[in-house]
Amino acid sequence: MIKLDSKVPEGKLSEKWTNHKFNMKVINPANKRKFDIIVVGSGLAGASAAASLGELGYKVKVFSFHDSARRAHSIAAQGGINAAKNYQNDSDSVYRLFYDTIKGGDFRGREANTWRLAEISNNIIDQCVAQGVPFAREYGGTLANRSFGGAQVSRTFYARGETGQQLLLGAYSSMNRQVNLGNVEVFPRREFLDVVIVDGHARGIIVRNLVTGELEKYASQAVVLASGGYVNVYFLSTNAMNSNATAAWRAHKRGAAFANPCYTQIHPTCLPVHGEGQSKLVLMSEGLRNDGRIWVPKKAGDNRNPNEIPENERDYYLERKYPAFGNLVPRDVASRNAKYVCDEGKGVGGGKAVYLDFTDAFKRIGIDAVKDKYGNLFDMYANITGFDPYKVPMQIYPAPHYGMGGLWVDYELMSTIPGMFVLGEANFSDHGSNRLGASALMQGLSDGYFIIPYTMGNYLGTEKPEKVDVERSEFKEAQQNVEENINKLLSINGKQTVDSIHKRLGHLLIDKVGMSRNEKGLKEVINQIRDLREEFWTDLQVVGNAKSINQTLERAGRVADFLELGELMAIDALNRNESCGAHFREEYQTEEGEALRNDEEYKYVAAWEYKKEGEWELHKEDLEFENVKLATRSYK
Amino acid sequence: MSEKNIDLTLNIWRQESPEAKGHFEKFEEEISPDASILEVLDEINNRLEAEGKAPIAFESDCREGICGTCGLVVNGHPHGPLPKTATCQLHMRNFKDGDTLYIEPFRATAFKVLKDLIVDRSGFDKIQVAGGFISFNTGSAPDGNAILISKELADQALDAAECIGCGACVAACKNSSAMLFVSAKVSHFALLPQGKPERYERVQSMVKVMDENLFGSCTNTYACEAECPKGISVLNIARMNREYFMAELKTGTDE
Ligand SMILES: Cc1cc2nc3c(=O)[nH]c(=O)nc-3n(C[C@H](O)[C@H](O)[C@H](O)COP(=O)(O)OP(=O)(O)OC[C@H]3O[C@@H](n4cnc5c(N)ncnc54)[C@H](O)[C@@H]3O)c2cc1C
Ligand code: SF4
Ligand code: FES
Repeated sequence: MIKLDSKVPEGKLSEKWTNHKFNMKVINPANKRKFDIIVVGSGLAGASAAASLGELGYKVKVFSFHDSARRAHSIAAQGGINAAKNYQNDSDSVYRLFYDTIKGGDFRGREANTWRLAEISNNIIDQCVAQGVPFAREYGGTLANRSFGGAQVSRTFYARGETGQQLLLGAYSSMNRQVNLGNVEVFPRREFLDVVIVDGHARGIIVRNLVTGELEKYASQAVVLASGGYVNVYFLSTNAMNSNATAAWRAHKRGAAFANPCYTQIHPTCLPVHGEGQSKLVLMSEGLRNDGRIWVPKKAGDNRNPNEIPENERDYYLERKYPAFGNLVPRDVASRNAKYVCDEGKGVGGGKAVYLDFTDAFKRIGIDAVKDKYGNLFDMYANITGFDPYKVPMQIYPAPHYGMGGLWVDYELMSTIPGMFVLGEANFSDHGSNRLGASALMQGLSDGYFIIPYTMGNYLGTEKPEKVDVERSEFKEAQQNVEENINKLLSINGKQTVDSIHKRLGHLLIDKVGMSRNEKGLKEVINQIRDLREEFWTDLQVVGNAKSINQTLERAGRVADFLELGELMAIDALNRNESCGAHFREEYQTEEGEALRNDEEYKYVAAWEYKKEGEWELHKEDLEFENVKLATRSYK
Repeated sequence: MSEKNIDLTLNIWRQESPEAKGHFEKFEEEISPDASILEVLDEINNRLEAEGKAPIAFESDCREGICGTCGLVVNGHPHGPLPKTATCQLHMRNFKDGDTLYIEPFRATAFKVLKDLIVDRSGFDKIQVAGGFISFNTGSAPDGNAILISKELADQALDAAECIGCGACVAACKNSSAMLFVSAKVSHFALLPQGKPERYERVQSMVKVMDENLFGSCTNTYACEAECPKGISVLNIARMNREYFMAELKTGTDE
């Protein structure tokens, strides 16, 4: 049924967006206030979209399950945001940022989208500065930059280790200004549970009021999903506890194709797992790889105190294997190599951890300079682990971090449900099969501040949708659908807790659909996930009712969706008989153990259409590369 | 990591609804010193759920001390006894075998208890909506380097902007004053050249809404600074008072 039309405009790559902006419909200011728009999510993507759409005069309603819009998961981003400003005079350019991103994504992203992202990156910095985001500055008063994984230039803007917080507070403040002016209304503590489709177009949503438990219906002329990423499917990840895939998944079941679910990024610099009771994995910003050196003992099972292991008995494996990029290789490469050395038994104490060592940086730039750059991260490390990283090297290990996959969108960020746009991490768009550091913040804000304001106008101007009433049968049907699902969860009355099943799903996925995958494991895991889903629906215990705050019920609904998404991730990974970016299939590697792409057969976006539980139809969007040569990524 | 487990007695606040009368429920737990206090609650909840009993309602999200969602009063201290640490970052190695803990919600007139340890802090959003922004539309910004801002000033603004909006300052204050929170926001903008044009209007609007939302007045006891997980300085309050005074002067003279 679904037909994928990427709507990539004709013309020269560098002129596509400019021309397209000119060709799109515009709505005159007086008419804009006649349009209601729903935005689900108040992270960087949602808040920036709501602010900009509100400024234009649309009537915007924003929904978030958080108690305050400011708490969206974007707040936790540490490292920074990229832009092609070339303030450092180090040969950066829009082309270079574009090229790095396409190459970093292992040539599985859409050229036109990635170019546009690079082009817009500079406006984002200007915008944020004007809002009062206190970016790091040089003594002369100019903006400061650092370099980040996968890039050889210094193009990352930052605010200590709290860049996401400052950017989100910027977007939140702009949104609040529109609340103040009456253009935006915010509905916190509401969970989106279904999208309402009228005559084939998204025209409203059903949410659960998380305090009263009531289901509420809202109508609009367009819906924007900016609901974030899905890697909490692994149970343990760097994402906030409540990040989940439910919004995207419920939309998927209503007709939005899900693209490339198997592209999940496992971030190299996280704190190792300490025990079964652990609730999440903490990211140590990748910025640390600028000054820290990664190593393991050369000898397997070397249990000496790291400070007592002499230089010549250490293996700085990234510097050894990739002399050009060293510790700054892209995330997938860094993670996979950490796994390899640990699988060989060379991890710290023979376990799953490698050292990240700042001794050289202390000597080179001094402890104070290191403190100035990373002080809060060092403090956080000491606090969590009980070890002082100024005295002993940090221990790190890869952890699930980001989903490059997500709902399929065209060049205008519209999903395969007309009238439903998807922004930020929730869409699949710009990062191919691997995302470079400091580029998610850039994408979320680019989508929200600079793309949706134009493409929304084009949709509304072309479709001229009428207002619909929430008393229509489509709303009732959707509400009933949600109600039935909730009642089903509450009536199972089994013995297992939501967390215990989620943890088991996480173990299955990290093992078989994690840093490295193979055909046998994937086939096995598909069946195991189906069995687990069966167990979930027959033996789950959800205490309480739906009439008030019930956090177990909230989590149960999300885990139910994860159990379906997990299966699709494995199916997608099994379908893709090649290795690319974060998707590493053991059967497809070079003699040196590097990812081996198969451009002939797999140079496409895999967009899955939901048929019924456990059944999907694959649609392919062929990727055309007119401006870059498909090269083998090499960071040697 | 992983020394030997410790035994603790936890008295945890239970309250079915805003109207209900609450009480402490006692739990005896054997705990890993590497666990965070929220992970201890996770464990208890998992057990309660397995037994078909209602789990303890509490909130958290990032568990990295940045989102401001978590917030428990532990032994009388908002965010617990460790300075400059949010609840989610409070690890059990800070307690000794045999210790007794009292765990309660952030209490304040302006923060209604919704259930168990969950409170309503939406008053903070209302204050922000009143004026916590720079009036500036998307798309017309000059180049980021067009305004030079000294490193010192940028750092100072960031010191204030780091506030995570958790509400510990309010819970710590005997008057339930939100001055530390509001002054952090006012300072962030007032320090930067971009925020100067609206500085007086901003402080007046924010203070007005603060007063309307049941936050009390500041009597300079500085309990807020001591409990703030980000170490937001009370100097911000002094700065805000100055801003407010100047604003009143301006509007008073009807310029
Ligand atoms: C620890 C960490 C550090 C990071 N550091 C960096 C970095 O340095 N640089 C970088 O570029 N990227 C970084 N990232 C990635 C980046 O932070 C995220 O990809 C990005 O912030 C996602 O933004 P978003 O707006 O798409 O979603 P989010 O910020 O996740 O927001 C999602 C919103 O949707 C709402 N929502 C979701 N589902 C529902 C529902 N069903 N109903 C109602 N509301 C819903 C939530 O309430 C929330 O408001 C980091 C990520 C992590 C985990
Ligand atoms: S000032 Fe401190 S205690 Fe108060 S809300 Fe901000 S971070 Fe929390
Ligand atoms: S959970 Fe985010 S600050 Fe504690």
